[in-house]
Amino acid sequence: MTQAEKKGSKTQERQSSLFIISALSPKVSALVSVGRFFTRKDSEKKRTHSKGKKMGWIGDQIDSIKSLQFRQVLAQAVSLGMIVTSALIIWKGLMCVTGSESPVVVVLSGSMEPGFKRGDILFLHMSNDPIRAGEIVVFNVDGREIPIVHRVIKVHEHQDTGEVDVLTKGDNNFGDDRLLYAHGQLWLHRHHIMGRAVGFLPYVGWVTIIMTEKPIIKYILIGALGLLVITSKE
Amino acid sequence: MHSIGYRANALLTFAVTILALMCAIVSLSDNLNSPSPAAQVQVLNINWFQKKPDGDDEVSLTLNISSNLQSLFTWNTKQVFVFVAAEYETSKNALNQVSLWDGIIPSKEHAKFWIHTTNKYRFVDQGSNLRGRDFNLTLHWHVMPKTGKMFADKIVMSGYRLPEAYR
Repeated sequence: MTQAEKKGSKTQERQSSLFIISALSPKVSALVSVGRFFTRKDSEKKRTHSKGKKMGWIGDQIDSIKSLQFRQVLAQAVSLGMIVTSALIIWKGLMCVTGSESPVVVVLSGSMEPGFKRGDILFLHMSNDPIRAGEIVVFNVDGREIPIVHRVIKVHEHQDTGEVDVLTKGDNNFGDDRLLYAHGQLWLHRHHIMGRAVGFLPYVGWVTIIMTEKPIIKYILIGALGLLVITSKE
Repeated sequence: MHSIGYRANALLTFAVTILALMCAIVSLSDNLNSPSPAAQVQVLNINWFQKKPDGDDEVSLTLNISSNLQSLFTWNTKQVFVFVAAEYETSKNALNQVSLWDGIIPSKEHAKFWIHTTNKYRFVDQGSNLRGRDFNLTLHWHVMPKTGKMFADKIVMSGYRLPEAYR
């Protein structure tokens, strides 16, 4: 393979690897378009074969091919590591910019329909501004691991401490969220809230939902990624 | 180099990038819209006003809400969530916001509306501070787009007052 050929195929792998990795982890699911950074023009040159088959030199040739393959495997592993690391850097950077532990969340239930349907993704932002009625917040209830996205309907802000008591309700639910809170808890406080929803993209979160609910697809994709890494050496 | 796999990969990356760019541009186009909403809320009747057994005051009101939110709708608007909240201050709490009624406006035709209703959600105070209390009624709206940034704003109407005694 010529130098340009190698570069071309490497960028293609990087793109597909980045897509697959970003879809695999629910945390990274919004970064699909990062693959663009690695796109370059493909070369139009033909492949040239560099394998010789002279009798008596087979031993030497096999050794050189083996060493070449080992280096190529290492190079592939390093480039894969670079993709994963850069995705992680972007994710952590987003966490810093938005001030929220989880800057992108996938809507899992239909309690906010018709505004947010299952499979949409929400961009969150958390600032020190006080929480006010009407904001769509994402919060964690003690004892539940999955955060909930609902709208604030009642706010009581205390005079002396500045603490807020917040009550939420899903738009499509009949009653408020007191049933969802921990036993005996009547109000949410600021430390329960992870962020406010500021932006929204439809349908993109289905990839993550499918990955989480049918892990088979996750394994198939990892297998395909592995296959792509191995077969592209040729 | 020209196998189907590579071509599909390049096509997919390009398609997703263009899609993301289009979503961003669509969302930015929402900024071109300058809305001019109008709203009016009347308290027609205080149905009852009591202190609950646990010590908190509760009021039931009948409201007449009329509003024209048609200028909020753009091509990128999926729905507008509108709600009316009572806001007041007490000695214990610097700010209280209690949502009394909410509704979803799915399209521009429904955005000019008039509704006569009792409060959908219970107007309950933390404590017993509502007698003779002045409060504002704010109409909030939350524009939920088909894609992109969400906008929210409100109109504050002041001058409402709860009765001095329970009834």
